[in-house]
Amino acid sequence: MTITEKILAAHAGREVVEPGELIEVKLDLLLGNDITAPLAIAEFQKTGAQKVFDPEKVVLIPDHFTPNKDIKSAEQAKILRDFARQQNLHHYYEVGRVGIEHAFLPEQGLVLPGDCVIGADSHTCTYGALGAFSTGVGSTDLAAAMITGETWLKVPATIKVIYYGKLNRWVSSKDLILHLIGDIGVDGALYKTLEFTGETITNLSVDARLTMANMAIEAGAKNGIFPVDEITIEYVQKRAKRNYKVYASDKDAQYYDVREYDVGTLEPQVAFPSLPENVRPVSAASEISLDQVVIGSCTNGRIEDLRIAAEILRGRQVSPNIRLIVIPATQAIYLQALREGLIEIFITAGAAVSTPTCGPCLGGHMGVLAKGERALATTNRNFVGRMGHPESEVYLASPAVAAASAVLGRIASPVELGL
Amino acid sequence: MAEKSLQGKVWQFGDDINTDLIVPARYLNTSDPQELATHCMEDVDPEFTKKIARGDIIVAGKNFGCGSSREHAPLAIKSAGIACVIAKSFARIFFRNAINIGLPILESQDAIEEIVTGNVVKIDLAAGKIYDLTTGKTYRATQFPPFMEQLIAAGGLMEWIKQKKMHNTVDCQ
Repeated sequence: MTITEKILAAHAGREVVEPGELIEVKLDLLLGNDITAPLAIAEFQKTGAQKVFDPEKVVLIPDHFTPNKDIKSAEQAKILRDFARQQNLHHYYEVGRVGIEHAFLPEQGLVLPGDCVIGADSHTCTYGALGAFSTGVGSTDLAAAMITGETWLKVPATIKVIYYGKLNRWVSSKDLILHLIGDIGVDGALYKTLEFTGETITNLSVDARLTMANMAIEAGAKNGIFPVDEITIEYVQKRAKRNYKVYASDKDAQYYDVREYDVGTLEPQVAFPSLPENVRPVSAASEISLDQVVIGSCTNGRIEDLRIAAEILRGRQVSPNIRLIVIPATQAIYLQALREGLIEIFITAGAAVSTPTCGPCLGGHMGVLAKGERALATTNRNFVGRMGHPESEVYLASPAVAAASAVLGRIASPVELGL
Repeated sequence: MAEKSLQGKVWQFGDDINTDLIVPARYLNTSDPQELATHCMEDVDPEFTKKIARGDIIVAGKNFGCGSSREHAPLAIKSAGIACVIAKSFARIFFRNAINIGLPILESQDAIEEIVTGNVVKIDLAAGKIYDLTTGKTYRATQFPPFMEQLIAAGGLMEWIKQKKMHNTVDCQ
């Protein structure tokens, strides 16, 4: 069996599961946010249910339109807050102590290897970086699971992705995942698991792996998952407050497909509007001028992302034509960046630094685009209207490309700055 | 329980219609289905909700509903009065959400190639058949697994959960 099949089997109380089987699994953690949880809470209450199945396992994170951008979003966030208090939820976090959910939960040790997790947010697949099974669902699925502690799933077939080769300078895990999505398309892994393996992966930090698992959904995948190794264990050991179990794919595990990528000569990648599959190397994007650059999100708002951006921005200025917005994904990352002097580098370069929020990634607030404007972002989606006006454009890239582009005012590789 | 037979005018869309197109995130500061419905498909066709009539049907290409997990997307479609979505394939979260809230959806390869905007189609959900009354052609939709038929028959996930809790007889297999 694969790692995904083993985790699902264990949570279904079974010895073996096979792709295509419908199973019911017990959940270790459930997640909702200020957009999806209000609907779930309404459905929960409609059934007459009094208590969630376990107040330690239901996590509510206000992160999308927070700090609240208007009265309506404040009302939505208040639904979470009131419910969390009424249900005595252990894991509700308030503005000032919170962060973007998919950066925050791993950072706080709330998700661990071997866990089975659902979240009413499509990027819940992020936690596969820790060797957990985690997938996005809708609000009604969350509501049902809040009552029962279980959900139904179809066991996904697995596509094994093998990366080999040493990455060039300024090439990151974001480029690996964009390259894959560019190759297989936005439905290339529909209903399936993406299992990331290979020597290139072995050398990636947990932050870098989180970026890749995060975007598994952009290929339509149910989950993305990494083998657990020493790097994973070192990350979770200092954070875990409960026991966890490490699963690994068998040598004779069955795969739906195996895809190999030699990434030793890979350039930084850029996804052109308006699908994450429209990927080209950065050298094919150098004539594209920009109005805004965003560095942040559940994809690339972690400390390593900020370090890379700061390395490029140190001693340089943001182009007069560019608005650069930097958003540390959690309060802990923000504080760490402050202590390391990164925030000073950003502000000195002419960037706006924001409190943690999903904000501009989904065109919510803190950097919405006008008609005809063009942004490059380290986020995960570049759909029509994603960051604002339906006639604005979003390009997706790594923090390195984002920082270099902010300096040059057009899409650029750090190499063009002589780095 | 969903109506078993539907008839309406077709509105055709392409591949990879994502949830930002179905209902842009800038309107997600509310969960009110009626309000969400007024923005249905707004960034594809700003006039869409003015043009459609209750009972109309969306026909689309592959990977319909890709992107975010927002249940607001099928809710907006359902509340706008769309009776059914037929697509080549659905993104998995949208698929779950549609079944969970009782929005009828059908997968069909052939129907998508031939049915165009303005055609009138009749759908027999129980039989999984799509009749194009404009061209006279009949198509068969992909059959759902029995467990999903149970969910649909129950009227969505929450009703199914209630039945299961009350009788404890519904088996996932």
